[in-house]
Amino acid sequence: MADVALKGLNKRFGDTQALADLDLSIRDGEFVVLLGPTGAGKTTTLRLIAGLERPDGGRIEIGGRNVAGEAPADRDVAFVFQQYSLYPHMTVYDNLAFPLRAPVRKLGAEEIDRRVREIARMVRIDHKLENRSTRLSGGEMQRVAIGRALVRRPAIYLMDEPLSSLDAKLRAELRLELKRIQKELGSTLLYVTHDQVEAMTMADRIGIVAGGRLLQVGTPREIYGNPASLHVAARLGQPHINLLPADLLPGANPPPGTKTIGARTEHLDIIVDANANAKVDWIEHLGDQNHLHIQVHDHKLVTLADPYLAIRPGDRISLTLRDPLYFDASGQRLG
Amino acid sequence: MADIRIENLRKQFGSFVAVQDSTFRIHDGEFLALLGPSGCGKTTTLRMIAGLELPTSGKIHLDGEDVTFNRASARDIAFVFQLFALYPHMNVRKNIGFPLLSQGMPKTEIRQRVEETARLLQIDHILDRSVSGLAGGDRQRVALGRAIVRRPKCFLMDEPLGTLDAEFREVMVHELRELHNRIHATTVYVTHDQHEAMAMADKIAVMNHGVIEQFGTPQEIYSKPATMYVADFIGSPPMNFMRFTSGLQTGARSISLQGVDVSIPEVHQDLAEAELALGVRPEHIRFSDASPLRGLVYGSEYLGTNQVVAIETSSGVIKARVPANRNFRIGETVGLEFNPAKLALFDCQSGRAIASALYSEAPHG
Repeated sequence: MADVALKGLNKRFGDTQALADLDLSIRDGEFVVLLGPTGAGKTTTLRLIAGLERPDGGRIEIGGRNVAGEAPADRDVAFVFQQYSLYPHMTVYDNLAFPLRAPVRKLGAEEIDRRVREIARMVRIDHKLENRSTRLSGGEMQRVAIGRALVRRPAIYLMDEPLSSLDAKLRAELRLELKRIQKELGSTLLYVTHDQVEAMTMADRIGIVAGGRLLQVGTPREIYGNPASLHVAARLGQPHINLLPADLLPGANPPPGTKTIGARTEHLDIIVDANANAKVDWIEHLGDQNHLHIQVHDHKLVTLADPYLAIRPGDRISLTLRDPLYFDASGQRLG
Repeated sequence: MADIRIENLRKQFGSFVAVQDSTFRIHDGEFLALLGPSGCGKTTTLRMIAGLELPTSGKIHLDGEDVTFNRASARDIAFVFQLFALYPHMNVRKNIGFPLLSQGMPKTEIRQRVEETARLLQIDHILDRSVSGLAGGDRQRVALGRAIVRRPKCFLMDEPLGTLDAEFREVMVHELRELHNRIHATTVYVTHDQHEAMAMADKIAVMNHGVIEQFGTPQEIYSKPATMYVADFIGSPPMNFMRFTSGLQTGARSISLQGVDVSIPEVHQDLAEAELALGVRPEHIRFSDASPLRGLVYGSEYLGTNQVVAIETSSGVIKARVPANRNFRIGETVGLEFNPAKLALFDCQSGRAIASALYSEAPHG
């Protein structure tokens, strides 16, 4: 395990600036998630660290040493791809043991066996060790693929949307497991995804990337509660943060230069009031909570409400802002 | 607009029963979601309503008329498929107008209808663009436009959002429901995604192995699940099951879980000793140091508006949805309290809910 530092990384593909002056340090034992849409530069970052691409400029340090001149195999990283690629003719056991059997590792058979069984238990595939890898469900295959990366103890694990091909239920289960395993092993992990829930739930720190730039880095709570810009505020939160003109609702105290107010769905206080200027359009009953879709003048808002609140479509309500966020015309946070 | 009645509808493919004696009704203007995993019979049911598949037995009434054996083209419905097929060589306007053109409608009327439809879907600014350059969402809107423009009696949709990424699906879920609020067309929507069904539908039919396990409003299905299957399929995270062995008597107000008395809604049936499960929704769990029911924190997931905490108990790992303002440490001991009025009980053998005050109270909201 080791610290990893990216300093002023740049990468172009033809006319596209894939990465622009990216600085990021990942501490030993830290789980960092890069969150951004397709094309933001997330996967390029991983490929640069792994040595699968060469940067146009900047430094990559693993454990304090500059790895620019090193071949991928010498960099001591393990990569988990989006699509699991297992050796189809091997059993689960042999797939897991394969990375350890490389002659350069000089590991004894007993040590290999111990590590394979330990990791198999962690990724919950220990009951299928003797199965051929082709005889597994998609979720099981991906667990083996993750296990095969974890069985080694590299300086850093690089993971590229490893859960995206799984169904929702399994994804939720593996999120929790991956985070536990990482903490248990004390691994350093850089994980990229476009799924905000994965970022929020697993990361020690999230890096928000867009257009090849790192916009903000912080803990999930910092990024959610204290976003630096409109773009970052809109990346996290389900439903989306409401973006409103500064004078639409009471409860705000906008500093000079405020163009837009951001109100998270849980930061709108509702009072049912027949004379109020907001109207409930419709109500989404999600079971544990209701989403109220509200119209105020020409603006549409979504807010959370307790499922037991007696309210119907067509009801008039008054809305008050609580802890709103203020943004200027360029989308930068104010106050 | 249409009222659809399905009576004892059944479909067999050889010896395989795809749909087993379904009976339900979709009222005029209602949005029904057929929800279940792949192979549960939801698409087969939809295809029978469309006339693309003939039932083995049973009846389908559309606005009182028996259409069971009518051809698809004679049913006045519009089908929106999972993979939206557009005519790549035509622009948006021609794609939307095509169904009207093939009906022989005069050009001026087509033009008017297409523009009206495009405004409804907020794609009027791209009417003269080629469809090949459009983003996924706009392509989906054009496909919807082509279905709406005919003003059919009802819409049948087969996972129309299945291929979109998560963020965009959320946007389209809202758009589809808003569209429904504007045009009030009877809609049958097939999906395997419980969130889509909960967010859009007036009624949901939860299907499993060709059988409708429960038919009701999203709130009923969520708060009063008829079976363990439904309780597990709906909700994210799903309902927690804490298993125990006991008999039950009518009038019972508590059960014993790990030696701790837990209050429950009044039981309305007698049951000999059996393996039972206490069903607890994640948001009906609270942490209380005073509670004798203990667990260890297994992990926590911060979600911004709230957080989900996994807790290891002697009845397995359960998940609680609690406010986001507290930090939990893995391995920390916590006391657990449940909201007694909201607890369900199931017979693990049959998977069916045990009758109790939970199921007889008037629906809320």
